[in-house]
Amino acid sequence: MMNLSPETLQKIEQVIPHYPVKRSAVLPLLHFVQEERGFISDEAIEWIAAKLEIQPVNVYELVTFYPMLRRKPIGRRHIRVCRTLSCALMGGYRTCAEFQRQFNTGLGGISPDGEVTVEFVECLASCGTAPVVMIDDELHEKVDAARARALAQEIRAAARPEGAR
Amino acid sequence: MPAPEQHRLVFRQIDEPGYSNDLACYLRNGGYEVLRKAVRRRPEELVDEVKKSGLRGRGGAGFPCGVKWSLLDRKSGKPVYLIVNADESEPGTFKDRYIIYRDPHQLIEGIMITCFANKVEQTFIYIRGEFPDGAKILERAIAEARAANFVGPSILGTGYGCEIYVHRGAGAYICGEETGLIESLEGKRPYPRIKPPYFPAVLGLYQCPTIVNNVETICHVKHIADMGGEAFSKIGTPNNTGTRILCVSGHVQRPGYYEFDVGKLTMGQLLNEVCGGPLPGRKFKAVIPGGTSAKVLKFGERYKGRRKVGAEMVEYDWGVEDIPMDFDSLAMVGSMGGSGGVIVMDDSVSMVEALGNINAFYSHESCGQCTPCREGSLWMKRITARMVHGDARPEDGALLKSVADQIAGRTICAFGEACAWPTQSFVGKFGDEFKAYSQEKGGPRPDAAPELV
Repeated sequence: MMNLSPETLQKIEQVIPHYPVKRSAVLPLLHFVQEERGFISDEAIEWIAAKLEIQPVNVYELVTFYPMLRRKPIGRRHIRVCRTLSCALMGGYRTCAEFQRQFNTGLGGISPDGEVTVEFVECLASCGTAPVVMIDDELHEKVDAARARALAQEIRAAARPEGAR
Repeated sequence: MPAPEQHRLVFRQIDEPGYSNDLACYLRNGGYEVLRKAVRRRPEELVDEVKKSGLRGRGGAGFPCGVKWSLLDRKSGKPVYLIVNADESEPGTFKDRYIIYRDPHQLIEGIMITCFANKVEQTFIYIRGEFPDGAKILERAIAEARAANFVGPSILGTGYGCEIYVHRGAGAYICGEETGLIESLEGKRPYPRIKPPYFPAVLGLYQCPTIVNNVETICHVKHIADMGGEAFSKIGTPNNTGTRILCVSGHVQRPGYYEFDVGKLTMGQLLNEVCGGPLPGRKFKAVIPGGTSAKVLKFGERYKGRRKVGAEMVEYDWGVEDIPMDFDSLAMVGSMGGSGGVIVMDDSVSMVEALGNINAFYSHESCGQCTPCREGSLWMKRITARMVHGDARPEDGALLKSVADQIAGRTICAFGEACAWPTQSFVGKFGDEFKAYSQEKGGPRPDAAPELV
């Protein structure tokens, strides 16, 4: 059993009737489940398939296709640095390296402190304010190495409980 | 000649102080008045206005919007769908983001006029997964519009109804291709469909007639309904009508979004005057005029030929700076207006490395359906990555070109061309740089040289 939260279940029940064909709701359901659980488990694939009356492979083939869907958990915060040309021209590779250095982590994994996952992603469609970075759902613009250090500091500060430092 | 003034139609409000994305603000600024007038007209009249306007799609292909609408299969008796393509994923393009985040009601008004004109039963806005806040903003705006009867079962008491739902993608570039988008919306892998027979206007979403229009295109529909197709067709230049948003990124002093009458502005005016020219101490080297799929233009090269001006054929002899920023002129010089994303590279950039960056993008984003594209994009990426990080050989340029030449024209969708054109044009125009790369790569680099691969 998935034991999804009532809020997620409600969103799922609301979105399915938006479509004349149930199968169309598979991406929205994957988003909702990933937003709650952090990744898409085998169990989630089976549950969504049953919910939409399709085969599990029809869910699985999407999870393996779409870059934003994950099969594994990530760090508490998700740092996505744009890799594509306009950002790279303005120093996106330096920005990405700085985030990795700040959290002592490679690309895609979870940092040793469990705090972040740093990813290099393709175009985030904010090329005029390059280099750009998404931290969780929020876009940060003109993030050079110095700004990356400041953002890393904010993330670390927010992670520590009051008085713990 | 000095650059003309910007002409902000779609972006008229977004930078006004105090302008916000809620319904109250939109209504204070005359919002939904065009829809109110439109629903009192016959739907066919509105389609005619769009045809007369000459509006060409702003997503990339530049297909005439009115023609697209008139191809809808009405005889089938099946419901008609509208899909708004808000996948905005062509690198270098960032116009739809600002419409969605700052002026969502303008888009919704354009949608409802489009729906009323085409008797659409249901609309989906397919928004890229990387705009989570954009999706929320749109959903809130749609709810506001529904509460005010601009969207819903009987809009403005007309008895005509249409719902709009927001559908989020999940990070795949191919979903911007209209038939890939449709597959994605049907809950499948977004493998583009083969045309014929799967023209969306006939066999689109759920095999029903479907219109797929870009966000900016839909916003222009509102302005066409407002001013009339004839008046709109007088903006810009013949066959390249209206205004267009140009997104400039990369090595200029003032990157950003600008809206101009189509074709009234040259590349030189855009980059040197509007965007303030190159960065201090640098010179322009190359520019990609319409998103990374468009063929690169090299500063210093000349474009010669004959073109139609009014009824006459005249000779032209242009440098990059002289090219008018419209669909036809950019096609004449061998590139394209595409999505309006202008990416500028200065003399600190190695063209081998810039191509390596682009190739990594296309190899990541190929959907994998057609062998030439799936394998070819990967080979091109591997070759350029090897040139940068391993051994470069003088013949690598020719090798790259031979791979690219085997992709274009051999795939189901235009991604094949999109991934081949950068390699063909970079190697074609900067061949010496590819030949010399093996000797020069270890040598001194400009201080500003960015890491790209």
